[in-house]
Amino acid sequence: MDSVKDASSRILNILNDKLKTDANISDSIVTTIYEKAEKIANEVLMIEDKKKINWDKKIDDILTSKIFGYPIMLLLLGLIFWITIQGANYPSQLLGKILFGLENKLTEFFMYINAPYWLHGILVLGMYRTLAWVISVMLPPMAIFFPFFTLLEDLGYLPRVAFNLDNFFRKSGTHGKQALTMSMGFGCNAAGVIATRIIDSPRERLIAIITNSFVPCNGRFPTLIAISTIFFSSLVSPKFSSIIATASVIGIILIGIFITLFVSKLLSKTILKGIPSTFTLELPPYRKPQIGRILVRSLIDRTLFVLSRAVLVAAPAGAITWLVANINIDGISLLNHIAHFLNPLGNLMGLDGFILLAFILGLPANEIVLPILIMSYLSTGSMIELDSLDSLKNLLINNGWTWVTGLNFMLFSLLHFPCGTTLLTIKNETNSTKWAVFTALLTTSIAILVTIIVNLLSILFK
Amino acid sequence: MGLTSKSTGLSLLKNKYDIVKEDRDMIVIALAGNPNTGKSTLFNTLTGLNQHTGNWPGKTVSNAKGTFKYKDKKFLLVDLPGTYSLLANSVEEEIARDFICFGNPDITIVITDATCLERNLNLVLQVMEITDKVIVCVNLIDEAKRKGISIDIEKLENRLGVPVIPTVARDNKGIDELLEIIYQMINGNIKTNPYRLKYSDEIESIIKEIEPILIETLGTKYNTRWLALRLIDGDKAIFNSIDNILKKYSI
Repeated sequence: MDSVKDASSRILNILNDKLKTDANISDSIVTTIYEKAEKIANEVLMIEDKKKINWDKKIDDILTSKIFGYPIMLLLLGLIFWITIQGANYPSQLLGKILFGLENKLTEFFMYINAPYWLHGILVLGMYRTLAWVISVMLPPMAIFFPFFTLLEDLGYLPRVAFNLDNFFRKSGTHGKQALTMSMGFGCNAAGVIATRIIDSPRERLIAIITNSFVPCNGRFPTLIAISTIFFSSLVSPKFSSIIATASVIGIILIGIFITLFVSKLLSKTILKGIPSTFTLELPPYRKPQIGRILVRSLIDRTLFVLSRAVLVAAPAGAITWLVANINIDGISLLNHIAHFLNPLGNLMGLDGFILLAFILGLPANEIVLPILIMSYLSTGSMIELDSLDSLKNLLINNGWTWVTGLNFMLFSLLHFPCGTTLLTIKNETNSTKWAVFTALLTTSIAILVTIIVNLLSILFK
Repeated sequence: MGLTSKSTGLSLLKNKYDIVKEDRDMIVIALAGNPNTGKSTLFNTLTGLNQHTGNWPGKTVSNAKGTFKYKDKKFLLVDLPGTYSLLANSVEEEIARDFICFGNPDITIVITDATCLERNLNLVLQVMEITDKVIVCVNLIDEAKRKGISIDIEKLENRLGVPVIPTVARDNKGIDELLEIIYQMINGNIKTNPYRLKYSDEIESIIKEIEPILIETLGTKYNTRWLALRLIDGDKAIFNSIDNILKKYSI
């Protein structure tokens, strides 16, 4: 390596010797490149003189305007959720009828072959029922929601969202690009965490990582939609029910964004102090969306991916839940023991022990929280046919749910610890278990705090 | 803080660019270009892989390698991060630059956006400083047409001295032509004569003094003129890059 050292010192000598003039060499190099590029471009470009209206700019003026920017954003989001809620209802019921009809057939079959009680329990009441729920409740909204979301991405709307929100993030002492990574989080929080690589400053990147799960991901949307349809649409006449359900989902999202900004600010004022770095966000041109590709990508890449993950996790989780619900200690099931233990905290948060247990068991994937909860309610209470949202509503109300429970359930789902995949991604991206644990603790504390406050307020104003 | 520039994705990715042994007998093609010009789309079209594409800049944060076959040849395509230049102002630029210079790709495709050609040509000129084997794709040609912009491809080819292909990657337009040009170039049927930038007299005279020293130590395997230029530019990182390369190959 001596020859290299020798060479580099000789080169450094020459450089020191020759570069006496303080004329900026870098500038000179860059200028040479840019001038040549400009020259070539001028030679080969032919721009038609007819006055073309710059549509991109016209649209941007409206979409990112101070007055219309936010309303349009909310309207677009609202429209998508409304279509999802409206459209998912019927196919959900149909799928439910088919799948739960099949459950009866399966039960008959198990009776016919004289299968032991526990085998039927684990396989049919545990695994199959959870799977049937995951598919009938989640598939239709996903199949409607994802193509629309992908459409917005393909059009180039996401950077406009980031542009609109940039100001808020800067005020929170963080990077404007966090608006983009947050938007990615609506798709999947793990993907959102990976997307934070576009933020250069380690401090700002860490804030974006920690707060990413405060926006609901695809796995949580179906749950939020189902609960809001059940509890908030019944507050008004059926005519407006889906509008109210939409409004409450949007409300939850806005709360999520607010908490994101609030926690970002908190972090940037305390353990992650620093000055926000400036950046230029490029608004890409609008592009004609490719409908075919959008459908393929959103249905295969996203819908099937999320669904298969849910199914993979839900099957064993369903079996475990059934077992926990049916193994008795001192005449009371293990499930009841745990739920009983969690109940005081649950009640304080306006929830109950079963709900908290469902969230804990749902750590591998948020998609299965509701199915697990249904499982545990069903295994203890009366057996009812569960083939529609109405019967779900009855089940929940029989187990003491009110709209306050529904609201707190949604809030806890929004704010609690990120799913297992996201936590692993955080660990990988930050190269430390510490930040993953910190994120889980911080988010869960906030979730507990918020639900307790909401619960106390609801008692106070009863 | 646990999160340093070393622990973040981009520097971890540096290792991923090392071409592994079993890839050696494949033809290596690097895919460079400004952000949001359709690199990932072209990548997917060529390799049939489904990298996430989306209409926003900076989306390709993790980089991809994929393979494809054309006629009797096997190709390895490396999707480099989108950059506006190769002057190593950021980690992405450093990665892209190091790969084009030291990764010795057989061909480097620079994909450009027809709607803002001038800005994209900056990168093309810089890539052509490092390597001769360059193909330029003028992508989004349909969008440019809608905006009333047309490009004299022949003249551009003439000025640059390398093949230029108009494409619409998402509609598969121009892909066959691109594949054919790649194939012909590998077989030595296309000779390029890339335009080389001339700098100010002061810079050129220093290059003349430094380049011989570099050739002495490195041989002619790398583009010593370009390395000399980077040293004059005050790029200290290039010393490390040279050092690493030498260590790797001297043992």
